[in-house]
Amino acid sequence: MEALFAIMIGTLTAGGVYLLLRARTFPVIVGLTLVSYAVNLFLFSMGRLQTGVPAVIGQGESYADPLPQALVLTAIVIGFAMTAFALALALRSLGEEGTDHVDGKDAEEGT
Amino acid sequence: MNHLPVLPVLLPMFAGAWLAMTTGGGRGSHRLLSLMATLLQIPLAAALIYRAGGGISVYALGNWPPPFGIVLVVDRLAALMLLTTAVLAVAALLYALRGDDEEGKSFHTLFQFQLMGINGAFLTGDLFNLFVCFEILLIASYGLLLHGSDRLRTRAGLSYVVLNITGSALFLIALGIFYGGVGTINMADLAVRIAGVPPPDAPLFGAAGALLWTAFGLKAAAFPLHFWLPRAYAAAAAPAAALFAVMTKVGIYAILRVDTLIFNRGAGVLAMFAHDWLWAAALITITLGAVGALAARNIGALVAYLVLSSVGVLLAAVVLGSREALVAGLYYLIHSTWISGALFLLAGVIARARGPAVAGLLIPGPPLGRPWFLSGLFFAGAVAVAGMPPFSGFLGKALLLAAAGDGPPALGLYTAVLGGGLLILIALSRAGSTLFWRQTETAAPGGTPDPVRLGAAVLLLAAAPILVIGAGPILAYLDGAAGQLLSPAVYIAEVLPHLTAPSGGSP
Repeated sequence: MEALFAIMIGTLTAGGVYLLLRARTFPVIVGLTLVSYAVNLFLFSMGRLQTGVPAVIGQGESYADPLPQALVLTAIVIGFAMTAFALALALRSLGEEGTDHVDGKDAEEGT
Repeated sequence: MNHLPVLPVLLPMFAGAWLAMTTGGGRGSHRLLSLMATLLQIPLAAALIYRAGGGISVYALGNWPPPFGIVLVVDRLAALMLLTTAVLAVAALLYALRGDDEEGKSFHTLFQFQLMGINGAFLTGDLFNLFVCFEILLIASYGLLLHGSDRLRTRAGLSYVVLNITGSALFLIALGIFYGGVGTINMADLAVRIAGVPPPDAPLFGAAGALLWTAFGLKAAAFPLHFWLPRAYAAAAAPAAALFAVMTKVGIYAILRVDTLIFNRGAGVLAMFAHDWLWAAALITITLGAVGALAARNIGALVAYLVLSSVGVLLAAVVLGSREALVAGLYYLIHSTWISGALFLLAGVIARARGPAVAGLLIPGPPLGRPWFLSGLFFAGAVAVAGMPPFSGFLGKALLLAAAGDGPPALGLYTAVLGGGLLILIALSRAGSTLFWRQTETAAPGGTPDPVRLGAAVLLLAAAPILVIGAGPILAYLDGAAGQLLSPAVYIAEVLPHLTAPSGGSP
C-alpha cells in the first residue's frame, strides 16, 4: 500500500507542477488543485498508513494517529478556499484582460 | 491564567467578524470600530513588551498543555513585532479613513483579519499554527491588494496568489516531514527532537528545512523568490501597501525564529542549516533591490524595491547570527518597517496630488501644493531609508556593519550594503528632483494634499529621529531580545517545563 500511495502522490505532484508551469490561468489553477491534493495525501500519510483502526485511544488494540487527520482537514479547508479565490480572480482577469494568459497578454501579440 | 497574550489575535478577529456581519451598518460606525480596534493594539503590545521584560510567558490555548495543545509564546521579539505592527497599522488606517476605504468593499474587515494573521504569526509557538496564521494574513492580503481594483492590480494579484498558494504547499510538505519524522510540530519540542536526530536521518530533515526556507523566503521576498514583490506592492493602494511593509518581515521573523530555535548551533548535523545559501541570497537581494530602485519608473515601485533591499539587510543580520548582529538586525527591522510604510503613504499622497494622468510615474508633472512640506518629508524619508546620518537607517546599518567583524563575510556585506546604499541614494535623488523640481506648467488636479493623509505619513516618519534619540533604551531592550533568541534552552524550558523540571514529572 505504501508504494502505491507514494507513486500516487508523486504522480499528482508531477502533474500539478507541469500544469503550474503552463501559461494559461485555467491549467495553472488545476495544477494548484492537484498539488494541494498531493500535499493533503502526504500530510495524511504522516500518521502512517493503517486500515480499520479507530482514531481514538482505547477503542481497540491499536489506533490511528488523529493529529494528521486534524491537520489535513484544516489544510483541505484552507486549500479549498484559496483555490476558489484564485479561480474567481482568474475569471475576473479573463473578463478584464480579454485573455486567460497569466501575464495578461497573448504570446502572439508580442512579448 | 493571564489572558493578555491571546488578545492581540482575538481583538482583530472579533472586530473583523463584527464588521463582516454588519455590512448594512453605517460607514461612520465601521470606521470608528476599526480605528478603535487598531488603536487598542498599541497599549496591548506595550503591555506585552512590559511583561516580556520579565521573561518568556507561555499561553496554552484552551489550557491544553504543550506539546499536544497549541501555545502562544510571548518573548521580547514577539512583543516587539506586535508593537511594530500596531503602530504601522494605525498610520495605515488613518490614511485609509480619508477615502481609500471607500474604493472597494470590506476594507476594514480585511484590514482587521490581516492584523489577526500577522499578530498570530508572531505569537504562535506551533509550526502548523504558523501555517494557519500565514494563510489568514495571505487571504486578507489578497483582498487588500485587489481593493479598489484596476486591471494592473488584478494581474499583479493573480501571480501573487498563485505563488503564495504554491509556497503554502511547500510549507505543508515540510510540516508533514517534521511530523512524520519526529512526531511533533510544536516548535520547542521540535527543537529538542531535531537536536537528537541521528546523522543518517539528518538529510530528511534537511530537506524539510530547505522547504521551510523556500516557503519563508517567498513570504520575505528574498532572492530568488522576490519577483512578485515589486509588482504587487507597486499596484496596491497606498494604505494596503504600507501595511504590507510588515508582511515581508513576517517571513524574516519566521526564518529568524526557526533558525535560532530549531537549526541553532546545538542542532548537531543540521546546525546552521543552509547558512551559506541564505547569506548569498541576502547579499544578492540587497543588490537587486538597489538596482531595481534605480530602474523603477514609478514611485510606488521605487519604494517596493527599497523594501526588497531592506529584506536583504535583515536576512544578512539573521545569517550572521551573533548577538550584536541580531540587535542591529532587529533595530533595522523596526526602522525599515516604519520608514517604508511612511514612504508608501507619502507616495500615495504625491501620486494623488499629481492627478491620475501622471500619478506616481517619475516624469515631470504639475507643481504640487505645499511643495516645501511635501519635499521636506520626502527628503527626510529618503535620508532615513538610504541609511544616511542622522536618522535611524544609518544607525541600523552602522551597527550591522560593525557586527560583521573583519572576516570574509564582512567584505561581501560592506560591498553590498554600502554599494546598495549609494545606488538607493542616486535613485531617490533622481526621483525627488523629478517629482519636485521638473514640473510642467499645468495646475495640479489633485489640489493641496490632505492633512490627515500627510499626518499619517509624518507619524511613521517621526520614527526616524525618535529611534535615534531613544536608541539607548531601545538597543538595551533589543539586546535582551537577542539574548533570548540565542539561548533557546530557556525558551524550550518555558514551553515544555516537564522536559527540564528537576523533579522529573511525566514525559
